[in-house]
Amino acid sequence: MSTITLEDTERRKAWGFVAPALLWTIAFFVLPFLFMAAMSLWSRESGQIVRAWNLDNYIAFFAKDSLFKGLMNSLEITLIVTVLSVLLAYPLAWIIAERVPKRFQRLALIMAVLPFWTSYVVRSYSWLLVLSKNGVINQTLMTLGVVAEPLEIASNRTATVIGFVHFFVMLLTLTIYANLIQLSPNYRRAAADLGANGLQTFWHVILPLTLPGIMTGAFLTFVLCIGDYVTPQILGGNNELVLPQIVMLQLGRRADFPMAAALSIILMLAVTAAYVLCARWLKIERA
Amino acid sequence: MTAAVSVHNATKTFGAFTALNDVSLDIKAGEFIVLLGPSGCGKTTLLSILGGFQSPTRGKVMIGGKDMTSVPPAKRPTTTMFQDYALFPHMKLRDNVGFGLRMRGVARAQRDEKALGFLDLVGLKSSADKKPHELSGGQRQRVALARALAVDPDVLLLDEPLGALDLKLRRQMQDELKAIQKRVGTTFVHVTHDQEEAMAIADRIVVMNQGRIEDFGPPADIYMRPRSVFSAGFMGEVNFIPGQVKSVDAASALVETAVGSIALPITSFTASVLVSSQRVVLCIRPEHFRRAGEADDPVVPLGEAKVTGSAFFGTHYRCHLKPAKAPDLSIVAHMPQSAAVADGQIVPLAVSLADIVALPQSRN
Amino acid sequence: MRDMMTRIASYAYAGLIYGFIFLPVAVLVLFSFQDGRLPVPPFNGFSLQWYEAVFADRKLMAALGNSFIVAIVSSLIACLLGFLAAYALARYKLPGSALQRGLLIAPMTVSYLIIALGLLTVLNTFGIRLSLWTVGIGHVVINLPLCFAIIYSSMGDHHINIERAARDLSASDIKVMVLVTAPMLMPSILAAFFLSVTFSWDEFIIAFLLSRFDVTLPVEIWSLLRSGLNPKTNAIGSLVFLVSVAVLAVLELTLFGRTKKS
Repeated sequence: MSTITLEDTERRKAWGFVAPALLWTIAFFVLPFLFMAAMSLWSRESGQIVRAWNLDNYIAFFAKDSLFKGLMNSLEITLIVTVLSVLLAYPLAWIIAERVPKRFQRLALIMAVLPFWTSYVVRSYSWLLVLSKNGVINQTLMTLGVVAEPLEIASNRTATVIGFVHFFVMLLTLTIYANLIQLSPNYRRAAADLGANGLQTFWHVILPLTLPGIMTGAFLTFVLCIGDYVTPQILGGNNELVLPQIVMLQLGRRADFPMAAALSIILMLAVTAAYVLCARWLKIERA
Repeated sequence: MTAAVSVHNATKTFGAFTALNDVSLDIKAGEFIVLLGPSGCGKTTLLSILGGFQSPTRGKVMIGGKDMTSVPPAKRPTTTMFQDYALFPHMKLRDNVGFGLRMRGVARAQRDEKALGFLDLVGLKSSADKKPHELSGGQRQRVALARALAVDPDVLLLDEPLGALDLKLRRQMQDELKAIQKRVGTTFVHVTHDQEEAMAIADRIVVMNQGRIEDFGPPADIYMRPRSVFSAGFMGEVNFIPGQVKSVDAASALVETAVGSIALPITSFTASVLVSSQRVVLCIRPEHFRRAGEADDPVVPLGEAKVTGSAFFGTHYRCHLKPAKAPDLSIVAHMPQSAAVADGQIVPLAVSLADIVALPQSRN
Repeated sequence: MRDMMTRIASYAYAGLIYGFIFLPVAVLVLFSFQDGRLPVPPFNGFSLQWYEAVFADRKLMAALGNSFIVAIVSSLIACLLGFLAAYALARYKLPGSALQRGLLIAPMTVSYLIIALGLLTVLNTFGIRLSLWTVGIGHVVINLPLCFAIIYSSMGDHHINIERAARDLSASDIKVMVLVTAPMLMPSILAAFFLSVTFSWDEFIIAFLLSRFDVTLPVEIWSLLRSGLNPKTNAIGSLVFLVSVAVLAVLELTLFGRTKKS
């Protein structure tokens, strides 16, 4: 029987509604991505992109120290940033949720993320003002007579980490706070009622319950941090390049698109690995 | 406006589950029909098919003589009043009620006037500028009714509209619904699982079970002359006494039961053609029992029975009885307020012949 | 007593972190008023000269306008497509809907750099000129998952009957969406819109790789950075910051403050 039922017409309409978004995503995300993946298997010889299929780019990545070191730098910096940011943000989120009076909490939270509203590029630049040789910190220390020579705190890994941590402490404070206030105060009351002290309550009850929120925030931090070009480019100097910087180098100076594509695929694999590791805590669902 | 509705052999399946099994139904224009049954019986599916929210897997739906089987809800002369009222939360009452008119291109002034008229009909004219969240449950229910009626539908479909109200408000709203239906004359098809509600408002009741229609008729018929064991049981408390047909002639049949042989007129057999030696159940409502010698019309004596328990219900005593002839049988009977029954008392039990309904033993 | 100690420790810690969070912004804003050529101590005195320089800079002003247009247009498209897709997937049973949802969310888990590079390789290969349009396309790609996810998660099942009622009263699908669904979901649609405006406004790498002559503000600021520490960069940064905060405050006080109550 091929009669057209009500459900059929409805379904046809539904396809019409979802189609633009799907087509957009396929045309401008999936296909370009596949194209790039294909290109990572090509190579660039004497200025021309050669469509010869091989794994040369990937082999070169593992063979050339300068490229492989980029991935290691990226992973190290990202891990340091993620751990530091969680450790710094959790207490702040907790203080806002528990110590700050209810009616000031929203204000405290808005204040904690206010510098979000500076432009991302400008935010890294601002740290340059603070950390550079004649920046605020060095001039203050020298005026106070603590140091005689300016400290080298800009243009290195420390500066990159500071710039990143600054951004992600704000982000994580937000996500962890959102997690903390969702907890019913009865958990704490029940734990106290059963004889747990403050620390025990935190360790056995509050922390496990907020772990999913922490992991979501940490994963987000990982993804955004490992893929970022701006912060390390402005604050990191030229000694320790991270993977996105190397990708940009391939694009700019050498116009080696196949190599850039291969490095991007490797970057994505790193993110996927992180996702697999955190997957059990990550749940993005319809409320 | 109003229209007749008929359903021909409608079947609806969801995968392996049959929600509606070969249902046919004829509703006259202007009738108040109640679809009654337990949850999962198919009544809501039938209503959805009438409203056009689902189409039947097989079968046809005719409204006002036209085939509506695959016409979408918007193009049907029906409107639905939803269980959760489904009022538009961001619109004032007048805009809620006027929405259907707006969709039909009626100008603002006109539809406001009409909306106010319908809000007046349900007694909420003074709240026209409120929003739904400012209203009580009963008031929202009225707005939903006004909104559904404002487009002048031929058929109004009501999906358990009183389900969320407390008992007292429910009874009050039943009376109002009935009165409003009389005034507007629209065909109402109302779904409920509450048999008291069904009897209170329906012109005719459709009793449904497991996707089939078990019984269809005016409330008194359904209650007094049920055509299926399910229907008898669903409409109220009933005693089932199993028996077997011994002999049949043109006017009557002799049924042998544990409480004695009873000669029943053919009219007592509401459901099917009679055959000798067929197994049947006699259905007797608790209030139909008499104490032998009390009744005026012809009664069937059922022998003596012992009261094993009783409770006072205000209008009557509800008693559990054990017939002397059949100690395995437990019978529930209502005795008058004045009966002064006591546990262990022996009463002579009887029932009016006309109150007995005999049905074929059910399949399950 | 112990409670007192932890209280003091708490506030001290919060003070330190707030200090850390605000230090660069405070320095940025303070030295945007520097009367001199270097935005570092010592502070030579108050001057608005760098703001004048910003407003006199044609390229900066053009970038500002470009950013604004790209942010608004790409967010509108992302919201519209996201809303339609959310409506279809939340309200109809479509085959492979889990896969479709996954596909729509997928760009969220991929670094912007990779999205930009993918688009760039395709655009290069097909010889399509880079422009604000290509930047906008990229920004829709990153914001569509966000808009879809926010709107989809707010489409509760309790809205289904309300939409059915509208359809039953003869509203077409478009009218159901415009008159019933969208107004009911307005808070989350607005949230999605403003969030994606913010993301687009602030996005650097896609805008950098996919634009050529007309650039957005972050890209223009990037090229200012080549001149090293410069109070003009402070001024444009502070300007963006202060205007964003002002807009945020207005939104907080009007829109979101109000919707929270009802």
